[in-house]
Amino acid sequence: MEKRIIGRGVLLGALGGLLAFVFSRILAEPIIDRAIDYETGRDDAQMALDRAAGKPMMDMGTELFTRGQQANAGFSFALIVFGAAMGALFAVVYYLALRRSGKITPRSLALLVSGGMFLTLYVVPSLKYPANPPAIGHHETTKPRTALYLGMIVISVVALVAAVWLGRKLAARLDNWTAVIVAAASFTVVMAVVMLVLPSLGQLSANRREYGDFATETPQPLQDPSGVIVYPGFPADDLYHFRLYSFAAQAILWLVIGVGFAWLAPRLRADRASEAAPVAA
Amino acid sequence: MATSYAPRTGLGALSVSIPTPVWLIGTTLLALLAIYFIGIDQGAVSVFGSDMHVHEFVHDGRHFLGFPCH
Ligand SMILES: [Zn+2]
Repeated sequence: MEKRIIGRGVLLGALGGLLAFVFSRILAEPIIDRAIDYETGRDDAQMALDRAAGKPMMDMGTELFTRGQQANAGFSFALIVFGAAMGALFAVVYYLALRRSGKITPRSLALLVSGGMFLTLYVVPSLKYPANPPAIGHHETTKPRTALYLGMIVISVVALVAAVWLGRKLAARLDNWTAVIVAAASFTVVMAVVMLVLPSLGQLSANRREYGDFATETPQPLQDPSGVIVYPGFPADDLYHFRLYSFAAQAILWLVIGVGFAWLAPRLRADRASEAAPVAA
Repeated sequence: MATSYAPRTGLGALSVSIPTPVWLIGTTLLALLAIYFIGIDQGAVSVFGSDMHVHEFVHDGRHFLGFPCH
């Protein structure tokens, strides 16, 4: 049965990734293009300031893929492979969860697992460290930012697994409803504390030193030595919509995986029954 | 809910067969490897050294999926 579940997970994940790509290609790609234009314009303005100040020029590097290749082949490849990989991970978690799901039906369990994976692998980490379009993010902080983001994912997963475990322990003593509420509240409190403790990206030591005291790495207006703004800060609406669409694309992916598996759940059960225990089923 | 820990009939038998852990672990590792190349490689760490082709090819997706970049 595990091979069938994994196969379906990969296929549903790839389908979810494809739908997320279609959505993103239409809505998010124009924002990515604007962000890259902003970045290029800002770099030019910075270079002009540096030249005027007599500072050394930085090397911009060569382009390996055209924007067209990145926006179509590269973008679709990234979302479909990411979707297939998440579908595969979902299948593994779902298979393991099915064996200890108790009274939860396989159909409800598919929705619960996909919801839990969406929550811990994307939603909670992105509350603290949201997705950023090109032009936002300093090269010198790539390592700590990656560590913090992956750390948030790991902590969210561990906290949710612990909350589920707690909920099941409590359910043996309290009623189900109270147990679920206590477990959910515990998860929320733990993650709130983690978010308070972990640094905001703008407060990383390299950013403090280089840019001053800001909460994020979002580019501020560029000023010349006399304080006149020569280039604007990053457009707030583009940032908002980029993050909104990023959220929506991940929601599409997990919805396709969750609803797809819920749809297939009765058939998976039938497969399982015929393979494993035809008499008992 | 306490009774819910009892394994379902049929599934208990499946859990002792050897191929299942192999498939589950293999799938997990492959999926994590794919996510690593889409989201992380040639950023904070890189398996190909100074080459940037993977990063540049999946660049839009990396930003959009929420991974730190640049
Ligand atoms: Zn980037």
